[in-house]
Amino acid sequence: MIPLATLQRTAEELMAKAAIEIPQDYLDGLKRAAATEEGDLSSFVLKAMLDNYEAAKEDRSAMCGDTGVPRWFVKLGNEARVEGGMVALEGALRRATAQATFDVPLRPNRVHPLWRTDHDNNVGIGAPEIEYAHEPEGDWIDLITVHKGGLFGTDYRMLFPSDGVQGIKRFYLDSLMAFGKRGLACQPAIIGIGLGGSKDICMTLGKRASVLRTVGSRNPDPRIAALEDEFKELGNSIGMGAMGFVGKNMVIQCNIEVGYCHTGGMPMSVHAFCLSSRRAVARIWPDGRVEHRTDPDWFTPYMRRETVDWEPAREAAE
Amino acid sequence: MSVREVTLSTTPTPEDIAALRLGDIVYLDGLMYTAREGVYMRALEDKANIPMELPSESAANFHCSPAARINADGSFSMGAVTATASFRFAKWLPEWMDKTGAKLIIGKGGMSSKDYKSYFVPNGAVYLSTVGYGTGALLGRGVETVEAVHWHEELGLAQAMWVIRCRRMGPFIVASDLDGTCLFERENAKIAEGIDRVYEGTRPAVLKRYGESDDRSDEVI
Repeated sequence: MIPLATLQRTAEELMAKAAIEIPQDYLDGLKRAAATEEGDLSSFVLKAMLDNYEAAKEDRSAMCGDTGVPRWFVKLGNEARVEGGMVALEGALRRATAQATFDVPLRPNRVHPLWRTDHDNNVGIGAPEIEYAHEPEGDWIDLITVHKGGLFGTDYRMLFPSDGVQGIKRFYLDSLMAFGKRGLACQPAIIGIGLGGSKDICMTLGKRASVLRTVGSRNPDPRIAALEDEFKELGNSIGMGAMGFVGKNMVIQCNIEVGYCHTGGMPMSVHAFCLSSRRAVARIWPDGRVEHRTDPDWFTPYMRRETVDWEPAREAAE
Repeated sequence: MSVREVTLSTTPTPEDIAALRLGDIVYLDGLMYTAREGVYMRALEDKANIPMELPSESAANFHCSPAARINADGSFSMGAVTATASFRFAKWLPEWMDKTGAKLIIGKGGMSSKDYKSYFVPNGAVYLSTVGYGTGALLGRGVETVEAVHWHEELGLAQAMWVIRCRRMGPFIVASDLDGTCLFERENAKIAEGIDRVYEGTRPAVLKRYGESDDRSDEVI
């Protein structure tokens, strides 16, 4: 049984870590970008961002004043059992979100869409979002928090098979151009592209591709991985850098995730995970052990399975 | 071209403002206040009395919600400070400037040159953009004290009017000047020159959308 107190304490730590510490994979990617940047203004911006990560760590202050909309991704091994059950788990995550909002402090961003009611704690109707997934084996639980900005850099479009890869490219470029100008997307970013699924899942896939995959990861389908490389290159050839200034670094990484969709369509979503790509992960075991990491490792072979039944041996052989 | 650094008061003289050039990096000293849609609506639409002497106390309006809290003893803790996108406030800014004499509008992404020419320039005001975006921790170091927070009960912490004493707070980038020139539009124009090549071979979607533009020099703001 996974102890509830450990869950809540770990969740509070994760909220602070996500807000304060830039994940190493993104930091390495941004340093590589900064080394190649030639635009004087965009170089200055990247240098300031690198200084900012240091300042945040030293001062234990949030990297960015807009601390995004905190949310949770929870993955459970098939044998995992939480003390008090799943309702208790949700309670712990909501309490941790409210507590960390006060403690760090985070900006209380979450308000009612119509009445603008603000509980000053990032908790409300449907907030924080908590999404679940499972793995075939294991008695652990993975808590993943992501604090993504909520306003710009994301778009959805229903494309069709006749649009083809050139249509996908066009919508990708349009999204970068639209939200890259003036730096609304807070680039250079991890761009996530969702292809397929139902409309809502298409958005979810793209969001997860940007926030739950690391810089340097690759889609296991070699043809999709080739597209990821090509799209990164394409985005960086626009000539736009940080803040929409002239530059050559718009995309630190492009991640594409796919899901089966309606035979007549090819829905697509584009998401940008910003200069403060905030994610933190911990695995908690029944004996109370906690292992922190920054790679959510969300898209496992099980999560991307294509078959009716889960047959890991057969999929591995293919 | 290397970037030029300037230290500026939050109650700048007309000469200080005239000396700023697009792309200058600015550090601010003095009092600034946060005001965005919540404050604008309360002050301009609900006609509530603005709880500060403006512009004598401050001529610097920051489009910002800080990551901050009010402690049980009434003191304030402020961590990171970052701007929010300003274009959404064009609706209120002319009247706000008229009423408060704001000379420095500080935020994310700037406004259009049309905004600058129509009400920034006549008011002798310029736009300063935050850098990044999200040098929240660096800007937080420039907060000497939080002097007050107004209207937090009515508007919530994020929309409240925070009054911050800055000591060399920055970096900010000068994004407009007294000719009404827009730094971001200048950069857009340079980038637009190479765009056709990047789009070569791509195709517009078979299903169109209302209001769609294929003109890459357009902006969405």
